[in-house]
Amino acid sequence: MISQEKIIHGLIAAIATLVLAFPLLGVKLVTDGISPHLENADTNTIVSILVASLAVFFVQVFKDHLSSAFSAIPRPDLLSKIPRPTTTSGRDKAEKIATMLLIAFALAWPFAASRGSVDLATLVLIYVMLGLGLNIVVGLAGLLDLGYVAFYAVGAYSYALLSDYYGLSFWVCLPIAGLLAAAFGFLLGFPVLRLRGDYLAIVTLGFGEIIRIMINNLTSLTGGPNGIGNIPKPTLPAIQTEPDLALVGLEFGKRAKTEGNIPFHEYFGIAYDGSYKVIFLYLLAVLLVVFTIYVIRRLVRMPVGRAWEALREDEIACRSLGLNRTAIKLSAFTMGASFAGFAGAFFAARQGFISPESFTFIESAIILAIVVLGGMGSQFGIILAAIAMTVLPEIAREFQEYRMLLFGVMMVFMMIWRPQGLLPAKRPQLEMTHD
Amino acid sequence: MTDLILDVKNLSMQFGGLMAVDGVSLGIGDKQIVSVIGPNGAGKTTVFNCISGFYTPTGGEVRFQGQEIQGLPDFKISRLGMVRTFQHVRLFSNMTVIENLLVAQHRHVNTNLLSGLFKTPDYKRKEKEAMDYAAYWLRKVNLLDLANRESGNLSYGQQRRLEIARCMVTKPQLLMLDEPAAGLNPNETNELDNLIVSLKEDYNVSILLIEHDMGLVMGISDIIYVINQGRPLASGTPDEIKANPQVIKAYLGES
Repeated sequence: MISQEKIIHGLIAAIATLVLAFPLLGVKLVTDGISPHLENADTNTIVSILVASLAVFFVQVFKDHLSSAFSAIPRPDLLSKIPRPTTTSGRDKAEKIATMLLIAFALAWPFAASRGSVDLATLVLIYVMLGLGLNIVVGLAGLLDLGYVAFYAVGAYSYALLSDYYGLSFWVCLPIAGLLAAAFGFLLGFPVLRLRGDYLAIVTLGFGEIIRIMINNLTSLTGGPNGIGNIPKPTLPAIQTEPDLALVGLEFGKRAKTEGNIPFHEYFGIAYDGSYKVIFLYLLAVLLVVFTIYVIRRLVRMPVGRAWEALREDEIACRSLGLNRTAIKLSAFTMGASFAGFAGAFFAARQGFISPESFTFIESAIILAIVVLGGMGSQFGIILAAIAMTVLPEIAREFQEYRMLLFGVMMVFMMIWRPQGLLPAKRPQLEMTHD
Repeated sequence: MTDLILDVKNLSMQFGGLMAVDGVSLGIGDKQIVSVIGPNGAGKTTVFNCISGFYTPTGGEVRFQGQEIQGLPDFKISRLGMVRTFQHVRLFSNMTVIENLLVAQHRHVNTNLLSGLFKTPDYKRKEKEAMDYAAYWLRKVNLLDLANRESGNLSYGQQRRLEIARCMVTKPQLLMLDEPAAGLNPNETNELDNLIVSLKEDYNVSILLIEHDMGLVMGISDIIYVINQGRPLASGTPDEIKANPQVIKAYLGES
């Protein structure tokens, strides 16, 4: 049953594991005074390395048995479990009701949950927005963008700088941040239009780094590696009746920091509570996400959305039908970037402090992972994936340095188990009136 | 022949040291079906690519409705009213049949972002028109029942028909078909034959055809151009071509 060949193969793999693991884990560098020397790790580590290589040996030898056992695990078909009315209009109705319930739940939930989890949920929502934005570029238009974090950085820094230098409020800066990020998307779009696939990925990767390094080195403008602090939180617009009618911003701190603003608790005459701020930020994020989802849902069904997908499917056919691929690719880049800009401005407002550290390549990778994990082009899948990608590392905090390892394992398993993502995109069906 | 819809003069295309097309001239009048035939590798598709703007010809002149178009980008040429198909089916295979036809009408719908986001009356009207026009052409090519299917799941013959419908919804004056009958069974070829004639008769479209199926070519063409090794070999009506000894030689080899 088990051939000699397999045993030899297993032995080689096990030895390779030992060779790789011992220098990395089996010895420790200890500094004694000023002279460092090597020391063997404790027995526990050495035993676990041996156990690991044994495990590798057995997995290699019994690989076929394992994979057949693995394929026997039922793959849940999430889509078919959702009850689906047969007629298109009925499905639209069901979808509408489900969306309403989901939004209602998202709005009511923070008042029952703990402050920490509401804060985490806000972070999840930022990633949902980023994922949805990148999905336009990667999932719909099929352009692999590895530097998406650059637009996120542009959004965050536009708000931080505009409020720092000109004292503009969050609500003024939010659209400006979106527009600026869109402008950067447009700028990046121009030189990369001719590129496809891997080449595009490398150029966008470079662009992401350029933006980060530029921010890092423009110390006089951006504060360089020190970042920008004391970024004001968003305010809640309200109407003041005394002394005269005016529009004021409500702040969520104990005292108003900006002149003319009123603290939230004073306006409503209630006691100060720190959780108001967290809940407000969360609700604001929900609002932004709902806006994003609505806009992108419309875009997909609009001519421009159709053109994006057509371009992904067959560029040559598009050209032969009179579609201007330059304009279409640019629009995808610009739109995708603008959502990252909104997310960036919100991120800066929530953190109160930003530095180039927050916009490294790993962020781009996480956002891309959300899109791939969620199922290219699928909105609901992306929301699920964003939750998984943000909440799991928080839960797995105890594992510390093994978090990234778990992350990798999870990705590998996903690719085997559901390569098309959690919820692959469904084509919007167009209803035709037969007569 | 003054009012030619497409007038190609001395077209040549050189790839490095290779002269792929050398001094080819074509003329297509209003409501004409013109075929280009020739042995494999004769440069027929290169001629197509030069005319439709996928290549920039290295010499010669291409006039479409009197306007010089050589060197224009492909999508602009297509917008002038000259669309083509390809030797291999190039559908948007993950998109539904009706979506394929809507994408082709991109220029005729309201592509303004804001009107789309807010569903303005003009946007809705244009979308409806595009949908109706797509449905009209689907009925014409007998694919209406498959409108919501993914186009990649259609049979080969259906995909070929959808491709022609997709060209027709762009409202062209000249349709260029590159081997439309390749891979079709005799029955389907016959349907295609009828469809092409109907496009010409009922929709006033001129057709430029590359085809190897001689039955189809001889049956429907008004004029046939024969190309051999990048050079024009002969031109004339089907009967003239059939009787031309040079053509017979090029096709059948020397006897």
